[in-house]
Amino acid sequence: MPAKAAFYDVDGTLVRTNIVHVYAYYAMNRGSLLGTAGRSLVTAASLPLFGALDVINRKVFNEFFYRYYEGLTEDRLLTVAEDMFEDVLKPALYEQSKDLIAEARRAGCRIVLVTGALDFTMRPLARYLGADELIANKMQFVGGHATGKVIPPIIEGANKANAIRDYCAREGLSLAHCHGYSDSASDYAMLAIVGRPTAVNPDMRLRQLARAYNWPILDLK
Amino acid sequence: MRPIKTLQKLYDEESQVVITEKGSPPRVLFSGENFLQEDLPVGTRVIFPRPPMAGVPNVKAAIRWAINHPENMEPLHALMRPGMKLTCVIDDISVPLPPMVTPDVRQTILEVVLELAADSGVDDIHLVIANALHRRMTEAEMRRMVGEKIHNAYYPDRYYNHDAEDPDGIVEMERTLHNEVVALNRRVAESDLVVYVNVNFVPMNGGHKSMGTGVTNYASLRAHHNPKTIRDSDSYMEPKTSALYKSNSRIGTVIDKNLKVFHIETTLNNRMFGAPLEFLGKKEEDYTEADRLRLQALLFGLKHAPRAAARKIFNAVPAPYEVTGVFAGATEPVHAKTLEMSWKQYSVPVEGQSDIVIFPIPFISPYSVNSILNPLLLQVMGLGYFFNLNRGVPLVKKGGVLILLHPAFDEFDPVQHPSYIEFFNRLLPETRDSMKLEHKYEREFAENPSYVHLYRKGNAYHGVHPFYMWYWGENGRQHVGKVIVAGAENNHVPELLGWDRTDTLTEAIEEARGFMGRSATISLLRIAPTLLADVKL
Repeated sequence: MPAKAAFYDVDGTLVRTNIVHVYAYYAMNRGSLLGTAGRSLVTAASLPLFGALDVINRKVFNEFFYRYYEGLTEDRLLTVAEDMFEDVLKPALYEQSKDLIAEARRAGCRIVLVTGALDFTMRPLARYLGADELIANKMQFVGGHATGKVIPPIIEGANKANAIRDYCAREGLSLAHCHGYSDSASDYAMLAIVGRPTAVNPDMRLRQLARAYNWPILDLK
Repeated sequence: MRPIKTLQKLYDEESQVVITEKGSPPRVLFSGENFLQEDLPVGTRVIFPRPPMAGVPNVKAAIRWAINHPENMEPLHALMRPGMKLTCVIDDISVPLPPMVTPDVRQTILEVVLELAADSGVDDIHLVIANALHRRMTEAEMRRMVGEKIHNAYYPDRYYNHDAEDPDGIVEMERTLHNEVVALNRRVAESDLVVYVNVNFVPMNGGHKSMGTGVTNYASLRAHHNPKTIRDSDSYMEPKTSALYKSNSRIGTVIDKNLKVFHIETTLNNRMFGAPLEFLGKKEEDYTEADRLRLQALLFGLKHAPRAAARKIFNAVPAPYEVTGVFAGATEPVHAKTLEMSWKQYSVPVEGQSDIVIFPIPFISPYSVNSILNPLLLQVMGLGYFFNLNRGVPLVKKGGVLILLHPAFDEFDPVQHPSYIEFFNRLLPETRDSMKLEHKYEREFAENPSYVHLYRKGNAYHGVHPFYMWYWGENGRQHVGKVIVAGAENNHVPELLGWDRTDTLTEAIEEARGFMGRSATISLLRIAPTLLADVKL
């Protein structure tokens, strides 16, 4: 059996949250009372906008969203990431996510998380799930402060598929034997390049695609 | 004086075999969720099921008598002691077909056994459904099977489906002399006493197969659920000619050596249809005027009902089976008695094989309860189960033609049969060779984490199950020269399965005669209810 991996989208696939929640957590842990209040208010006010952008274009959404990190220090972000994992991500993990990953590991797959979130926010989760690799967006830091820009290419949509293809080529894995898991039709490219795609708690469009292509549909709880 | 022809007819009726004459009535035949009324060529041999045997008058009394007078074991009450770990392993929803009217015989057995356990001070009791790699039963199905009272007391912590993929839930015992893996559900393996609650629907069920396949895992099932074992089995229904049965016996012997297993096996009669469909179990010659009216009403209703609605209605009508025997004790002597009773009900003696054999395929199979009989299940019904309803000599001659009556629709249930969809659409276009499929793809499907997850947490058949369905037809595939599916509503399903298709049965018979010659002999297995052709050469 050739070497293979299972690639997991994170938001909505393994955890019932999305990066807005993650950012909200950062906003609320700004450090000063005024800063916290200000960012929380801005975040709350922006939520409908985020929602609308997410539906229209995930790439624009991500770029727009990352700008909110501008000015935060790296060490602060890393510290808050650990707390954020305990407070936000871990409780939001689907109960069956760990089983799903354990089943993939038993089948001889490497475990790879592929997410549009920022790498430092996802690292504690990757560690907790025992992932072998984390493919995520990287924030640019200048002088220890986040610039609000992400080092290209931004991991989303078709770029997720490219990142997976590169990873497989680099590690000598057979794409045809690899598994992909996502909840969103925006990850169609990522699902389409692996030999064994699966829709997890899919949105309506992905559910239709999964039915059309006879992909298995999982409902995690 | 009566003409000889009439006397012949009377004789044939008594023997459950009717030779079609010029004035014979059309036959009412299953074709999926519908019925066809077909005139058969003169000389066609129609093989009918035996009439239902009388059930035991008091099922609970029969169960009590059996567990108090078991075969080669002490009575059940003598095996129980306070504080012991007791596990009841129960046959799943794949038998009987259709599910029986409530109370299901499993409920009746459990009521007796659990009462006895309570009286004996046994509190640590689990009820495990022996679903092997079948789908998990839903809560509603589980409730229906054991009744409200038991369900409420035991579900979900102490009444659950076996999980063949639980990494901590399986224990491996020593291997058989043939190096077959013997793996068992951990709770079952660690019990002081196991009571197996069986419903015997065909002779293939029961005996060592109960424990050997019901509460085991993929590694153990691979020992006999493979194309080679299937090819080495002349019939799945006759232990003497079944390599499958022999492998199960080896595995079961290891289990019996390590565990105390008390089997309670039950046989049912073949009263598949209650009023108002009772006439479907009769010969058409015996239909009354009222039966004919009921038939017309049924045909009219089915013609105008969408298939999904017809399916729902059929699935909602349980069968009024009656218990004909209860046997308890050690595996082998119990099963010998079960088989004897089973043959009494199902066996129909038949002289010689036929060139062409017609199987009407009904709406249900062991793997499509409350679901859809998809193309792979149609295949397993025709070439697997019906072909094997014999004692080692198939009804159809080697190289002969099988005609299946079914619409062969391209419909799959993504909840119950997700891996079937991929098997049918991805693998069959590449190859129909069982050996190649086993070698190249079986493990990939078995280990696919998505299919494993759907099996463990959803209600899906295990990823490897479509392979077993394909292997199950291997015996028939190797034997027959041609398969024609009459009434297939599309071309691609028969083509992918390697079959011919025709619109009608008449056309199928014409094509079969073209293949086998004008003087080809024809038999029709007028199933359901269940029957087994006991062919004498």
